[in-house]
Amino acid sequence: MYDSGKIIPGLIIFVLLVTIPIWYNHGAGTEPPKPVLPKDAKACVLPAAEIRATHMQLLNDWRDEVLRDGKRAPVLVDGKQYPKSLMLNCMKCHTSQKRFCDSCHTYASVRPYCWDCHLAPVEPVE
Amino acid sequence: MDTNRRNFLKVAGLSTLAGLGGTAVVDRLVAGAGVAQATTGESRGAEHAVAAKPSGTRYGMVVDVKQFYQDPSLGEKAIRACHLTHNVPNFPDKRDEIKWIWMTKFENAFVDQPKLDRYQDEETAAKQLPIFCNHCDNPPCVRVCPTKATFRYDDGIVGMDYHRCIGCRFCMAACPYGSRSFNWRDPRPFIAEANLNHDYPTRMRGVVEKCNFCVELVQAGKLPACVEAVGASKALVFGNLNDPNSEIRKILKEKHTIQRNPSLGTLPSVFYIV
Repeated sequence: MYDSGKIIPGLIIFVLLVTIPIWYNHGAGTEPPKPVLPKDAKACVLPAAEIRATHMQLLNDWRDEVLRDGKRAPVLVDGKQYPKSLMLNCMKCHTSQKRFCDSCHTYASVRPYCWDCHLAPVEPVE
Repeated sequence: MDTNRRNFLKVAGLSTLAGLGGTAVVDRLVAGAGVAQATTGESRGAEHAVAAKPSGTRYGMVVDVKQFYQDPSLGEKAIRACHLTHNVPNFPDKRDEIKWIWMTKFENAFVDQPKLDRYQDEETAAKQLPIFCNHCDNPPCVRVCPTKATFRYDDGIVGMDYHRCIGCRFCMAACPYGSRSFNWRDPRPFIAEANLNHDYPTRMRGVVEKCNFCVELVQAGKLPACVEAVGASKALVFGNLNDPNSEIRKILKEKHTIQRNPSLGTLPSVFYIV
């Protein structure tokens, strides 16, 4: 191989540069988010795992049912009625947008546009 | 390139033929669109603008103009209730104004009425009456909306889905009543903190908004906020136009009413006793 003295160190430097994110962050790790759950409410409209995975879809479905089809009747879960609404239902238990919604959304770099129009509850005083 | 005159002429001739054929096809398409338009006119708009069957619900309102002339505080009450319920911003600059229900003179509301000039009675010339979205049975705004952000509920209310609105303002151009307003700026800072209704969203910059007949209250079995606000005066009466026994139908049977610009064929659901 010609110029192996230059090529091999060059390749090593290249690989090191490309893998910077891996070894630079090695072991550092970021804390997974810890959304603050409501103290007084124990049940949600869906089991925790399901609501965690599909809440965005559920909210879209509720929106379309309520706003477009006019089907505004509350959903019945375990004998309790829940209005199909972000502001009138979800945020009544999860009273802090910052400590609940944003904790995961910021971590996952998701920017839902809910709060452009919908009003978040007044943040509880720390 | 190894083309010669013979090949060039062949290609040019074929292109010309294709061009002529193309225009013929376009002509056919245009003619077809004309036919489609005629049927649209007959069946009253696209499929999302289909008018309610006479058996279904069609919400409407009767406005007793005389009462608003005699008691200007009625109008203020109605506007205040509406704006508080729906977080309607209050822009100091007239150009940014957001209008759901507002007061105006007779001649501005009923532009199709003959101009009486100096023979107009004093009350009509000086006083104001409330106008708002007519919730037309044949709404032009719904027909032009490219995203179906504005649509007609089965109960006749013309609603807005702000999630879908792209702010193209076709609906504002289509509405002959000026019932729609565009959010040129973020409306949030222009709603007083104390006046915020936390049960209803605000809007964002770049969407069109209008009176929604308080659809969120009506579909929950309540009366619109403005009707509630004028209370027992019965200056505003809300009800089902398709129910022959409803209060609104009784009033329509007894009193002579007019609609705003009925000649446009939009079939407004708001009637005025003058």
